[in-house]
Formats: sequence, structure tokens, C-alpha cells
Amino acid sequence: MSTPETATADTMVLLAIGTKKGLFLAASEDRVNWTLSDPHFLILEASSVAIDTRNGAPRVLAGLLDWHWGPTVVTSDDLGATWSDPEQGAIKFPEDTGAALERVWHLRPDAASRPGVVWAGAEPHSLWRSEDGGSTFELNRGLWDHPQRKSWQPGGGGPCLHTVDPDPDSEQIHIAASAAGVYRSDDGGATWEAANRGISAGFLPGEEPEYGQCVHRIARDAEQPGRLYAQNHGGVYRSDDAGRKWVSIADGLPGDFGFTFLTHPRIGGTGWVIPMIADIERIPSGARVSVYKTADGGDTWTENHTGLPDQDFNTILRDASAVDDHPDSTGVYFGTRAGEVYASADEGATFTQVAQRLPDVLSVRAAVVPKTDLPQGSEQYVPQFPEE
Amino acid sequence: MAEVLVDIPQVLAPSVDGARELRVEVPGGGAAVREVLDVLARDHPRFGRKIRNELGEVRRYANVFVGQDNIRDLAGQDTPVPDGVRVMIMQSVAGG
Repeated sequence: MSTPETATADTMVLLAIGTKKGLFLAASEDRVNWTLSDPHFLILEASSVAIDTRNGAPRVLAGLLDWHWGPTVVTSDDLGATWSDPEQGAIKFPEDTGAALERVWHLRPDAASRPGVVWAGAEPHSLWRSEDGGSTFELNRGLWDHPQRKSWQPGGGGPCLHTVDPDPDSEQIHIAASAAGVYRSDDGGATWEAANRGISAGFLPGEEPEYGQCVHRIARDAEQPGRLYAQNHGGVYRSDDAGRKWVSIADGLPGDFGFTFLTHPRIGGTGWVIPMIADIERIPSGARVSVYKTADGGDTWTENHTGLPDQDFNTILRDASAVDDHPDSTGVYFGTRAGEVYASADEGATFTQVAQRLPDVLSVRAAVVPKTDLPQGSEQYVPQFPEE
Repeated sequence: MAEVLVDIPQVLAPSVDGARELRVEVPGGGAAVREVLDVLARDHPRFGRKIRNELGEVRRYANVFVGQDNIRDLAGQDTPVPDGVRVMIMQSVAGG
């Protein structure tokens, strides 16, 4: 069980919301009433965001895509008052790879025991490691040179490596990529092997392949070593042996398609999914967006719908959900392609709206941070409607 | 030494210390677009990576004109830049 941040009167929850057209920050002391910043990098796609609290003062990271002028990773140590964009670029494919960066899909600060280490998953399928808090990254050669990589197929969003999940207590790392599946390293990323046994690939003919599954998200259990969960492109799974074998935990869910799997930061067996209807519809099951919670490792599920719209035809994308590290009750957050963002201060039981009518939400992260005002330009979020 | 004037789009001016026009000196007698972009990338790396990716390719939605002509309709980065003709960098009409 990890040690939570200490929430006091001097703390707030910071929410980073990456959208199709800019990055927004939101802050709240009670996780019900939020202050929303003006957009940062308006018009740029903020495909991935992260909040790194390991060094005390929070560092906000964002993987940006300027459709005209290319992708990069930027960082801010003052909640967006200023941003750092390294002159040479944070991520740059070495010349011998013959590749060029298209998009940064995922940013993941490592455990507190590895300060400064930040992982990035990118397109084309690639894993990157930073040792300076995300200012500069180095290509993980073990995965790039893996003989299976060249035959990985792109998912609908492109050839993206979208999830990195390092074990805080060992050198084990799992990644997930579309449509390659799950890969595991037991040596800090030096070597990798496919870890998809038991995960279906209904879009491929023949027997279950060793790799090529379209895993949408993986998440690590907070307490049980080697236990992971996966939301697949059709199928929800659990592994109790670090991904060597997966078993279905989809019973009790209204749909087994989706992009979300969140796990509790401290309590084992606890997680959340947002089910959708198969891949032919790709909307919340029954057009009713609900967050389903398990407290027993996926054996049973409970629907949580309070505070959420009764009708919603919008997708919740793979990076657009998060939990915070609040010590009293874990917050659960997600954003939709309609630009709505929801927060739960009670572990997913009830939700309130943080924002609406933002651009498509692509990435959401939350963390308990020292209380401070958002930088100038921020304003209390009040929905604006035309006068009648 | 060839000297080429390059027009910088407003959105990229912060990458070149606010300049909207740069005078680029290219070693040798004549200049091709690639050499102009090489000098720009050397002197302004942040600007350079916004115009070309790691492979040295002009980004898909970036356009480079020699005079009135898009280098994609000519010889790409091998397009020569005649004396007195400006190079203009512009963003394409794209997006939604």
C-alpha cells in the first residue's frame, strides 16, 4: 500500500485536462467547486498530460501536437504561468531509427523511489524514458529493437504506445500498445516479451495470437504484486501473474468494450471502468454513461451513475480518465469527447461536473498539491449562456 | 556566400527571437532550400524542428515557397533559390 499525500487545509486538487484544442487546469479544495484556467496552448492538441508531485511542488507535463509545426513535450513548475519547451525538443528519434515523432500519447511519472524518471509512450510505437523529470527523453532500445515491433499494426488512432505502467516495487514494467498488446519487462526495460495470453483478438483470424491484441488500457493493482487489469478492444481482464495469463472479469458489466481502467492508488482489488457498446457503436452502454466499480478484483461490479447524464453518445478516450491521491477518499475523474469533465470526490459513487463545452477531452490527470491560486488569467468557471 | 531573405510566419516568430524576416547566409555560391533550412535549424533549433521532422522532411502542413512557388511543386528541398528571390515559410490551410 502506497503512502498517500497528506491533504490538509493547505492543499487542493489540481486537475490537468488535455483537449483537442488546448490544455486546461482546474483547481478545487472540495472537489466539487472548481476554478478553471484559461486555455494554455489554445488550438494545440494536448494528447497527454501528467502531474508529477514527487518533488513537492507539482510539475505539469503535456504532450502537445501542433498539426502544422509538430509534436513536443512541455513542462511547467508554476501551474502554467510559464512553460519550458527544450530547444532541441524533449523527444527526438535517433537518426538510425528512420522514424519521426508523430504524437506523444502518454506521460507517466515513475514511482517516488525513482525520482526524475518519467516515461512516455509515443507514435510511432515507441517507449521513452526521461531521467530529468520529462525535459529530455531517451528511446527505449529494448522495445524498439524487439523483433515483433515491426509487425505491430496501427489501431484506429494510429500506431501508438499508449500506456506505461512501472511496478513501484521492482524493475518490472508493463506497456500496452494498439494493436500490439501488452508487453512486460522484468529488467527495467532492457528486454521485453509479449504478455497477452488469454486476451481475445476477435478482429484476427485463427488461434489467439502471441501479440497483436488491441489492448486499450492496463492498470496495476495497488496491493497485490503481479496483479494487473486490462480493458481490451472487446474484453475486460485480470492477470494475477504479471500478465502471463489473463482471465475475463467482464461478467456483470453491460459491455466489454471501452478505453478506461483505473485502479485505486492504495486499496487492492478496487478499480473502475466505463463500459461501451462493442466496437460497432462505441458509445456508453445504452447511451447512459456510468462508471462501474469493483472492490473485489473484478469479480463483481456496481454501477455508479449519480450526477452523470442519462443520455450521452460520446466516447471517453483512453487517456481521459484518472484518479487522484487524496488520502480521505480517492477522486475519480473523466472527460468526454463532448468536452465535459466530471469529478467524484467519493470514489466514484457520485459525480459533479467540472467543465462543459471544452474541446474533445483527450487526457485527464489529478493530484493533491499545495494550495495556491492558478496563474493570472484564470477565472471562476461559470457557464456562459446567451441572454434571452 | 549566398544571402537569402526568409519570411517567417507570425506564429513562429517567437522561435526566432521575434523576427518576421531573417537574412540567411549560406556558404558557397548558390543556395538550395535545404541549405537555407539547415542554417536556420543550426541557428534556431526550436524553429528548425517546427519546420522539419527528425528525418529532415518538411512537415506535412508546413509550406515553403521560393518566390511564388511551393517547393513541393518543384524539386522539394533541392529547389534552388535564385539570387534576390525570397523564401517564404507558411502554414498550410488545414485543421478543423
